[in-house]
Amino acid sequence: MKTYNEDRLKLLFENLKKEKRGGLGIFIAASDPNLEISLEILERLPQAGADMIELGMPFSDPMADGPTIQAASLRALKSGGSLKRTLEMVKKFRENDTKTPLVLMGYYNPIYNFGVKNFLIKAIKAGVDGLIIVDLPPEEDGELCLPAQKYNLPFIRLTAPTSDGERLPTILKNASGFIYYVSIMGITGTQSIATQNVQNAVKELKKHTGLPIAVGFGIKTRKDVADVTSFSDAAIVGSAIVNVIEQSLDSNGEGSDKTVADVLALVRDLAAGVRNKKIA
Amino acid sequence: MPTTNAPNTLREGPDENGHFGIFGGRYVAETLMPLVLDVENAWKTAKSDPIFWSELEYYRKHYIGRPSPLYFASRLTDYFQGAKLYFKRDELNHTGAHKINNVMGQALIARRMGKTKIIAETGAGQHGVATATACALFNLECEVFMGAEDVIRQKPNVDRMRLLGAKVHSVTSGSATLKDAMNEALRYWVSKADTHFYIIGTVAGPHPYPQMVRDFQCIIGEETKEQMFEAEGKLPDTLVACIGGGSNAIGLFHPFLDDDVEIIGVEAAGLGISTKQHAASLTGGRPGVLHGNRTYLLQDNDGQITEAHSISAGLDYPGIGPEHSWLFETGRIEYVSATDNEALEAFSLCSKLEGIIPALEPSHALAYIKNIISSLPKNHIIVMNMCGRGDKDLEAVIPRLEEMDLL
Ligand SMILES: Cc1ncc(COP(=O)(O)O)c(C=O)c1O
Repeated sequence: MKTYNEDRLKLLFENLKKEKRGGLGIFIAASDPNLEISLEILERLPQAGADMIELGMPFSDPMADGPTIQAASLRALKSGGSLKRTLEMVKKFRENDTKTPLVLMGYYNPIYNFGVKNFLIKAIKAGVDGLIIVDLPPEEDGELCLPAQKYNLPFIRLTAPTSDGERLPTILKNASGFIYYVSIMGITGTQSIATQNVQNAVKELKKHTGLPIAVGFGIKTRKDVADVTSFSDAAIVGSAIVNVIEQSLDSNGEGSDKTVADVLALVRDLAAGVRNKKIA
Repeated sequence: MPTTNAPNTLREGPDENGHFGIFGGRYVAETLMPLVLDVENAWKTAKSDPIFWSELEYYRKHYIGRPSPLYFASRLTDYFQGAKLYFKRDELNHTGAHKINNVMGQALIARRMGKTKIIAETGAGQHGVATATACALFNLECEVFMGAEDVIRQKPNVDRMRLLGAKVHSVTSGSATLKDAMNEALRYWVSKADTHFYIIGTVAGPHPYPQMVRDFQCIIGEETKEQMFEAEGKLPDTLVACIGGGSNAIGLFHPFLDDDVEIIGVEAAGLGISTKQHAASLTGGRPGVLHGNRTYLLQDNDGQITEAHSISAGLDYPGIGPEHSWLFETGRIEYVSATDNEALEAFSLCSKLEGIIPALEPSHALAYIKNIISSLPKNHIIVMNMCGRGDKDLEAVIPRLEEMDLL
């Protein structure tokens, strides 16, 4: 059994601590709008200032996602995206980047279909640093969370505003890597966050766990990123990035150099938010 | 109140985590978990409360019109020259289908939980109409999610829902049919956790829905058992029902699972299983995870859910309730399929010979019966669940029957 023996997430959060700043996590859907452009974006994200990457595994029925990421998922599938291809992208990415943590985010069915063990082995070999599987709550830990633990691969848990003191211990029990705090009650890309509420929730969460806490869902701007990382360990931006991809497509729905350039420009802007640069 | 069952029964599932063998479960986002757990708790409390059941019994009798008759279909029986055919006439329920059996139960639970707003998904629109109806009765706000395609092909039901005061959301995401309506309803529910109750229309979704919906539909089979003893002094030999998500079928079947009765579920074969244009998840799918449970699904090599196809909007779903997947694998129930055209022929035949215009969904069950009944002996008794009436389907059916020269 070839287990995961990297520590990219741990090293990142240690470094962030040293640098006295929060991290920036960037979500893109693998193969959106196609493999070539998606891979180019992925490879250039770290240089533009992304500290961590969440690579979405496209799924036909993304139950927890709003219209923006739904559309990204469908674009990816239409261009031939698949779980196999997502893993190939990670492998390519790792040829030139051995430092930036990359976690896979998505839904369980493609993994179940691929075979859990097969998936874990291939994901670790490709250079994946963790898994965020939206539709696997702690009640279903036997499916993938515990097998991932056996392979030493972080299984990142989502907590929500409804995760109260009674629910939290259940959620945190088998959590590893970091905690992903879902900052709004709803689906991705629909609302903006209420910073004060999120701050209180993160504070409460810290009483229950020593793991780093990243905040996502509803974070869109440099200011959001700056606000959120003033009290959490990382901010994750998804729909805002995917929106830029969508906006950049030509009338046939095809991406271009502009797609890559626009995404990277937004990432640079957001990255300034975690580095406490003055907003121009 | 459902009675507890003896050991060695097929009727005691699911386990406390909602599993029927490897099927079922609670595969939902953490944002949904507290809602699902709340529903489970409310259901558990209601289930053991005699007041809940007597309240439901009142509405079953005086509002839905239960018990529904068990009717001997004598002209079809004569026509086929084989086994005796009975219809369990759930199409005579208020609102014209079995869906209201479940809706009344869940609406009462929503009320007990103090919820004032209801959401529902619908395919054929029968579940949407039933939900809108209960909401009118109980003064609850109602929003129904329906695939944009279904909004067109089931227009009369859209009008009925609106008339009853419900808001119909036309869902354009994905393939714009039932599965997408369910995705959308789940997404909406997450953002309205405090006020809204989600009434799922079939034995799918996360635990406790498959169990809860089944228990509300079991009235169909319980009545059938009693009525059959009255009519024939014995158990039926064969039960047949159509399967979309599988709620009318499990409602008829479940009370008979431990009895010496042959049970057959009929999926929609659409244009034919080999064409891939069908909705037969057991015949043509394999296990996967969608909408909160593990079950048989239509999916491609990558685990992406594929579109179902059936002329019947109510059967046009790429999954099936998890308990059916379990009963399929244990071999207790035989699952077969009938095509669009076979269903249309049965639709026409039943209308002409019995004066009963069946919904397209149970027409699939009749279509299968048509294949087997003539070779069965005269003392063999078949009960089919006539789970809906066909008025809603006329717009889709009439041109097709004209084409087939069956009008
Ligand atoms: C009349 C009728 N029968 C059957 C179905 C299929 O659902 P189920 O398999 O849950 O009974 C529907 C669904 O809309 C329906 O309207």
